[in-house]
Amino acid sequence: MKWETVIGLEVHCQLTTKSKIFSGAATAYGAAPNTQACAIDLGMPGVLPVLNIEAVHMAIKLGLSIDATISPHSVFARKNYFYPDLPKGYQISQFELPIVSQGHLDIDLEDGTRKRVGITRAHLEEDAGKSMHEDFNGMSGIDLNRAGTPLIEIVSEPDMRSAKEAIVYLKSLHALVRYLGICDGNMQEGSFRCDANVSVRPLGESKLGTRCELKNLNSFRFIERAINFEIARQIELIEGGGTVIQQTRLYDADKNETRPLRSKEEANDYRYFPDPDLLPVAIEQALIDKVRLELPELPQQKCERLQKQYELSAYDASVLVSSRELADYFEATVKQAQVSAKLAANWINGELAAALNRHNLEITASPITPAQLADLLRRIADNTISGKIAKSVFEILWESKESVDSIIEKQGLRQVTDSSAIEKMIDDILAANPQHVAEYRSGKDKLFGFFVGQVMKASGGKVNPQQLNDVLKKKLAGQ
Amino acid sequence: MSLTAVEVKKIAHLARLAINEADTPKYVSELSTILDFVAQMDKVDTGSILPMAHPLDVTQRLRADEVTEPNQRELFQSIAPSVESGLYLVPQVIE
Repeated sequence: MKWETVIGLEVHCQLTTKSKIFSGAATAYGAAPNTQACAIDLGMPGVLPVLNIEAVHMAIKLGLSIDATISPHSVFARKNYFYPDLPKGYQISQFELPIVSQGHLDIDLEDGTRKRVGITRAHLEEDAGKSMHEDFNGMSGIDLNRAGTPLIEIVSEPDMRSAKEAIVYLKSLHALVRYLGICDGNMQEGSFRCDANVSVRPLGESKLGTRCELKNLNSFRFIERAINFEIARQIELIEGGGTVIQQTRLYDADKNETRPLRSKEEANDYRYFPDPDLLPVAIEQALIDKVRLELPELPQQKCERLQKQYELSAYDASVLVSSRELADYFEATVKQAQVSAKLAANWINGELAAALNRHNLEITASPITPAQLADLLRRIADNTISGKIAKSVFEILWESKESVDSIIEKQGLRQVTDSSAIEKMIDDILAANPQHVAEYRSGKDKLFGFFVGQVMKASGGKVNPQQLNDVLKKKLAGQ
Repeated sequence: MSLTAVEVKKIAHLARLAINEADTPKYVSELSTILDFVAQMDKVDTGSILPMAHPLDVTQRLRADEVTEPNQRELFQSIAPSVESGLYLVPQVIE
């Protein structure tokens, strides 16, 4: 039987506010345990939560960028469950009247098609603390620094049909929230977290199958693996005569499998009700209009502009807009170098990306600035060095603080363009290989490459390739 | 609408309330009375009325995004039963 996969995603983004969603405690990552947890975060008696205006602005930003409805009237609710990292015994979240609803995100799939993924809702809520289960003599350690950190939970429609599509959606959303500046997107630190609802059904069936919710997915690679494992598990189960039970499953990256989570709060009976400590939030059209003016250029708009303005391929542009900083780097380089944008894109997406990757660096931490890369590209464009030599200069530039021109001079890498010098080198090579010359002249054209190689070797790769080809051709023809 | 003893026990468990077996029938009947009252209110046509999430007819004041709370860990932890390395210690929660 042919099966169809159905995936819906819930993404939790930590918002980049300075203070918590309902208190004035700091949200900075990595502080000593419990030094950023105040009386409100601890759920002390008699405290009153007050909503952070910036969290509301950020939710509106997200809503506008996904063409969603921003609710003029939105309500916070208590989601009740007991766990030690949730001091109040409830999480303040939104249930019936979320701040954002009915939006969508268009994603560009590998085959070049664009797909619209529905976003059911996005609501504001507070994060819980962290539990540590090791090294405390049979006790658990609780750090409440994270408790009360603002989150926006973005819930998609079950619109994805493969793990690949799910990843494209997540990467698009990841880029979007970073462009908006509302989330730093750091998955290792848990700033961008994803739960996946996965089910399968016979192809052509319109009714949804029973779903399982996958948790503990903290990298794009693991999300894809976990979903694919889960799809295979469900199909095998059904084909073997079994039925899928609706449950929450944890992904174990070491074993590459999902397994049922202990039943934390058996029936997921959260008994939501409006939080009496918080009044309804009113959002006026004037505020929405004001926030709209602050929206930056979004990834898809930027991608289309780069293609048009710089005549880049869709692929090059899509790689460059994967982060706002990378696109900025590209534009700064092109502006300063005044060389072809294609050359700049090739170097940024090729050599520079590879080097950053090797050193595990973000573009913002690149030791080579756009101005330096621009210098290098200019020297390629004006034939001072060849593309091949430029790679050596790039490597030296990565490690040192020297300028491109001084590296070229000091290392003697300047391309040889003096035609008499090139002629001399060619004459030497031809004289040293009379046998090959004779063979070439009797019709063995393929030997041309051999001569090019020999001259390049003798010159340390510094001969201008175009000039070499021209002169060599003439010499071999006996001219 | 009447609650059963099983439902009352479940609600009590979810709220982490211990109730005596002997008291259960009393809770069943009292909680059912409340629900019956709600059912009575349900009959009123409220189609044209905005749901009320709060009894006060005002909206939420918002605060500026500023860090105003200093670190008072020592003060807060002075009333905690058990702490170590800055962490609150609680009975093991993982199975």
